Amino acid sequence: MTFEEIHSALAAKLGDRVGPLQAARKDAYCVVRADAIVEACRFLKTDPATAFDCLQNLSAVDGFKAAPMIKVVYHLYSYSKRHTFILKVELDRATPVIDSVESVWKAADWLEREQYDLLGVVFTNHPDLRRIMLPDDWVGHPLLKDYKEPGDYHNISHTRESPLDGFVRMDELKKKIAAEKAAETAASAPKKELLQ
Amino acid sequence: MSKHYAQDLGSTVTTKTSFIDDIINLARKSSIFYLLFGLACCGIELMQTGGPRADIDRFGSVPRATPRQSDLMIVAGTLTYKMAERCKLLFEQMAEPKYVISMGSCASCGGLFQHAYSVVKGVDKIVPVDIYVPGCPPRPEALTEGLMRVQDKIIRERWFSDRRMIGQSSPGLGIDYKVTA
Repeated sequence: MTFEEIHSALAAKLGDRVGPLQAARKDAYCVVRADAIVEACRFLKTDPATAFDCLQNLSAVDGFKAAPMIKVVYHLYSYSKRHTFILKVELDRATPVIDSVESVWKAADWLEREQYDLLGVVFTNHPDLRRIMLPDDWVGHPLLKDYKEPGDYHNISHTRESPLDGFVRMDELKKKIAAEKAAETAASAPKKELLQ
Repeated sequence: MSKHYAQDLGSTVTTKTSFIDDIINLARKSSIFYLLFGLACCGIELMQTGGPRADIDRFGSVPRATPRQSDLMIVAGTLTYKMAERCKLLFEQMAEPKYVISMGSCASCGGLFQHAYSVVKGVDKIVPVDIYVPGCPPRPEALTEGLMRVQDKIIRERWFSDRRMIGQSSPGLGIDYKVTA
């Protein structure tokens, strides 16, 4: 099926909760409302015409200032039909909450945990929503554009001082010591004359 | 009494070791067992160094899979904060005397990834490092050179006399660092 056919099938099922097909440069996508994502995914998987049996990737994008929202992107692929489709969901940047599609594809489990870990997207009805890559006590979600490093992690500093601070060249040090010695001998020399 | 002058280090290190130190140090430097501990692509070069071409087995260096039997930890690769605590634990599990080689740019200062949120800016933030081997990644020849510098360090240690003075002075390295003008 082409992008248009898949999109029209999805729109016939969900109505106005599916946005228009966006003709992107490479792959066309459509925006789905957050409350319809599980329904849309289950339809696309179970419908024999579309039969998307594989969730290729689930990622998220922080729009930040240009488009202040977090977009969750679903890349679908059908091994039986050999076609592909992309769904996007736009979420509020301050409180990104969306339903989990783990009940549709088991592969979504770790992918959603990754998005929770790095961007702080909360997936409701997820069986085990916790960090997957960063340590459990990590503060913040580092792929958010306004993420600030807290300064240290368990007393390991985030910064490294320049190795050239206080650097002294060996030959300059030798020169300095030689100069000091010369000054010492010059200072002690007249004393000797006085003693004699 | 014999003397070792470190000509290759810019004649900044001068140490006097006793004859029995020489014997003990000769045995120690010829059996540096290193911990099998690869973190990233440097780990591949570390495997090559143990392989037939570079073959650091000819220096008596063989990999050990446990920190309890290791003398040398080669931190090979990018160290993340999550791994840093494991790395420190491994170092603490090693028996004295122990040495650390920081292999590659990432282990030395964070390297290519030093602006990443998850990368430790140098392994010397968590464990004391003896030798830094630069490179990205260093060739097996470079790591072999690093191992030989560790040997240089070992042969200059006053091992015997220091062991007998435990409690009186700081144990471990018995090196007099002396700047000679």
